[in-house]
Amino acid sequence: MDLAKNRDVAASDTVPATAKDSAPEAVSGAERPTPLLDVRDVSVEFPTAGRDWVTSVQNVSFQLMPGESMALVGESGSGKTVTSLAVMGLTEATGGRLSSGSVTFDGNELTGRPAKEWRKVRGPGMGMIFQQPIRSLNPAYTVGDQIAESVRKHLGLSRRQAEAKSVEMLEMVQIPRAAERAKEYPHAFSGGMCQRVMIAMVMACNPRLLIADEPTTALDVTVQETILDLLRDVQQQTGVALLFISHDLAVVAEICQRVAVMYAGEVIESAPAVDLFFRPQHPYSSGLLASIPRPGLSVDRRLRTIPGGIPAPGTWPAGCRFAPRCEFAQSGRCDTTHPPLDVVSTGGLSRCLRADELALDGVVT
Amino acid sequence: MSLLEVKDVTKSFSTKRDFLGRRIGWTHAVKGVSFTLDAGECLAVVGESGAGKSTVGRIALRLIEPDSGSITFDGVDVRAARAQELRALRQRMQMIFQDPHSSLDPRMTIGDAVAEPLLVHTDRSRTERERQSAALLERVGLGSRYLGRYPAELSGGQLQRVAIARALALNPAMIVCDEPVAALDVSVRAQVLNLLRELQEDLGLAYLFVCHDLALVEVIADRVLVMAAGEVVEEGTVEQIFAAPQQEYTQRLLSAIPVPLPRDAMGNRITSIGERA
Repeated sequence: MDLAKNRDVAASDTVPATAKDSAPEAVSGAERPTPLLDVRDVSVEFPTAGRDWVTSVQNVSFQLMPGESMALVGESGSGKTVTSLAVMGLTEATGGRLSSGSVTFDGNELTGRPAKEWRKVRGPGMGMIFQQPIRSLNPAYTVGDQIAESVRKHLGLSRRQAEAKSVEMLEMVQIPRAAERAKEYPHAFSGGMCQRVMIAMVMACNPRLLIADEPTTALDVTVQETILDLLRDVQQQTGVALLFISHDLAVVAEICQRVAVMYAGEVIESAPAVDLFFRPQHPYSSGLLASIPRPGLSVDRRLRTIPGGIPAPGTWPAGCRFAPRCEFAQSGRCDTTHPPLDVVSTGGLSRCLRADELALDGVVT
Repeated sequence: MSLLEVKDVTKSFSTKRDFLGRRIGWTHAVKGVSFTLDAGECLAVVGESGAGKSTVGRIALRLIEPDSGSITFDGVDVRAARAQELRALRQRMQMIFQDPHSSLDPRMTIGDAVAEPLLVHTDRSRTERERQSAALLERVGLGSRYLGRYPAELSGGQLQRVAIARALALNPAMIVCDEPVAALDVSVRAQVLNLLRELQEDLGLAYLFVCHDLALVEVIADRVLVMAAGEVVEEGTVEQIFAAPQQEYTQRLLSAIPVPLPRDAMGNRITSIGERA
């Protein structure tokens, strides 16, 4: 792979070395600290129209270290949102059930605990922001009151303290004239501003893990950029770990050190961002990278595509679930054996039988 | 002569009413917008939400009546057209919407949905309509086995193909595409965009392509109209807009396109894996 010819050339010579030295060490150094979040073999099922249950997430495992930012990437139906809801203990609340696996947060196993105990973890432990911030806010209360409600409940602050805290939080997310705006209702805020309010509300309880489910998908690109900057700032200031759920690898590149790619209910590749973008080890990851439109870089004004569509839960193929769409699939092998998530030559994990035989294209620079 | 000529159109919506219910407090959604679209050309209308780009698309089809200005389609004054003429015109100008789930009737089979324009606008027989809708589905890469299915059985990308087939049914000269791929997954989005380009080349279609994502525009458009707050701020060929944007606003839109290159611990972009491999 060549060095970039014209984009961000200044950084290119030195940066990979530092990335190599610092990033993985923090993640997987010799003395591996206890992960903040340990998701093990989580499977989630949902009821179908009949009396059957259909699996939508199968044996998903990943760990998140304190302060780390990791992305769960996948298209619709991949199970990324279902996984994040399982982490928050919201599987039952959304009509599903955990059929296997465990979620351990900060050393405490949470699976199977009653709702009451989960509630103690949400808020001060982990917070979540969503794609449509306006829908997560109550239109009948001022934004200040809503932030105050959460800190009074979770941190036990007095009314006065809570008010001060909500203004302080609105300042932290860089909302101008915070004291005045705290008295306004959600409808007076734009989409980007609402997302800032949501971040303020979630961060007010000083959580150790922030789960962001497509937080910028509904926003304009220019606003998206500012929200990503804000999330980076917030992470730097507070050391909160970030689990970033997205379908968009270009956005993920902006903010995450590590990436797990999901397809048809399972993780198919997991690696540090640098590895995933430059030498992906699964044909699906490589295909996703190639279908990102890049100004100035499309060949013959055609985007590379992955043929076919994503199989819905319940219709997953028996062998490799990506095999029917994969240009590298071998019949008699890929369509019969369901590949395990194995360590590959780059040190990452890939669910491709041919990972070590293939030289897949990374992102074009 | 251009296929579509929009001159100085303005549209404002009322935001408030007084105590007698009279409209007060007007918001200009579109202010003095002019542009042309040639046959077989793709003009992208870009801008942030609220810039008025969707309104422009709808005004071109007269789905929204502008307050002032003129629209000429293939030499015909669209604003002056009476119901009968407008029906004839609309056969030649079609529209595709962002969300195919809500633009297709859930109780109508795919085959019927694609054949419906033929039923409304032509006097073709039932068998002829069925034959044609099968051919159209084939054309958009779906195949006739989808004829008897219902929208709920199809994915977003497949439904958008159905919407495209339906728009093609009457051999239009122009299609207004309002964010046609914004709701689709990345891998599927590329398929639909490529299909749109292919159809444009094969059938000589003109597209008015309303889109908030500049990264896609480069793949599909010939010319670009950049809008902000209801006005056109810049216009040019794709090459001009991407290589040498003149307005600060356009530059800002372009620089906000996320680049799929990861960052290191210091926040600098990594552009190659270096000596690591």
